Amino acid sequence: MNMTELHGWADWLVSSLIIIGSLFALIGSVGLARLPDFMARLHAPTKSTTLGVGGVILGSIIYFSVTTAFSWHELLITIFLFLTAPISAHLLAKAGLHLELKRVENTRDLRAQPNQYSDED
Amino acid sequence: MSKILPAPFLSLFLLVFWLLLQNTVTPGLIVLGAILSIAIPLYTNRGRDFPATIHKPFKAIEYFFLLLVDILISNLNIAAIILLPSRHIKPALIEYPLDIVGEVPITVLASTISLTPGTITAEIRRDGRALMIHALNVEDHEKLIASIKQRYEMRLKEIFKC
Repeated sequence: MNMTELHGWADWLVSSLIIIGSLFALIGSVGLARLPDFMARLHAPTKSTTLGVGGVILGSIIYFSVTTAFSWHELLITIFLFLTAPISAHLLAKAGLHLELKRVENTRDLRAQPNQYSDED
Repeated sequence: MSKILPAPFLSLFLLVFWLLLQNTVTPGLIVLGAILSIAIPLYTNRGRDFPATIHKPFKAIEYFFLLLVDILISNLNIAAIILLPSRHIKPALIEYPLDIVGEVPITVLASTISLTPGTITAEIRRDGRALMIHALNVEDHEKLIASIKQRYEMRLKEIFKC
């Protein structure tokens, strides 16, 4: 398929959506490297990527709807992402919890009975 | 109704999914999609051992949009925490007592918590009556629990009647 030229508002809209999306993806990756411990690192990619991918997908929907035909099937990616992002985050957090990875010192443990969440009896 | 359509929302979801995959809407595709979305739930119904009924579909749609807005805000929050030079975050492990019952509602609530501002669900208590949440930056955990309760759990309770 030829890349068709976009005009005026569509050009600006698509480019800014893609840039915003990639910015959030970048911030998510920076967070992955910068936050202090495993559990905190988990927060960055699960959340920032949703908006990152969302921005790029929105840009793609608008681009293909304007240039060729009405295009919605990018929305499927969003559905899959919303279904899988929390589940993978949950499994990683669970693994981190059961392996008792080191947490940053100022983490407060507010559980009444921590043993109710561990493997040991 | 329940003989031909054991799970009406699953059927609707499959039909929309099918049309999205095709990326065009023509009468033929709708008919084929309708046949598939009636046949597949009928065939797989025996395997569904976690029945859940949505009692208030409009509330569910409202919940979805509320969640979208909250994900947007949560993204900005996390971005601010990552980019701010000070690294004085206050993480905490919080026990969240559950009011709702049932596998599907609890799964939806846990996923919601994972997608929204600064919280991730890590584990469910052995008796299944509490979730363990890791919060990235929390001042007052009582307030966080109260806000999750009235923002999400109350709505889910209405939607699933559990």
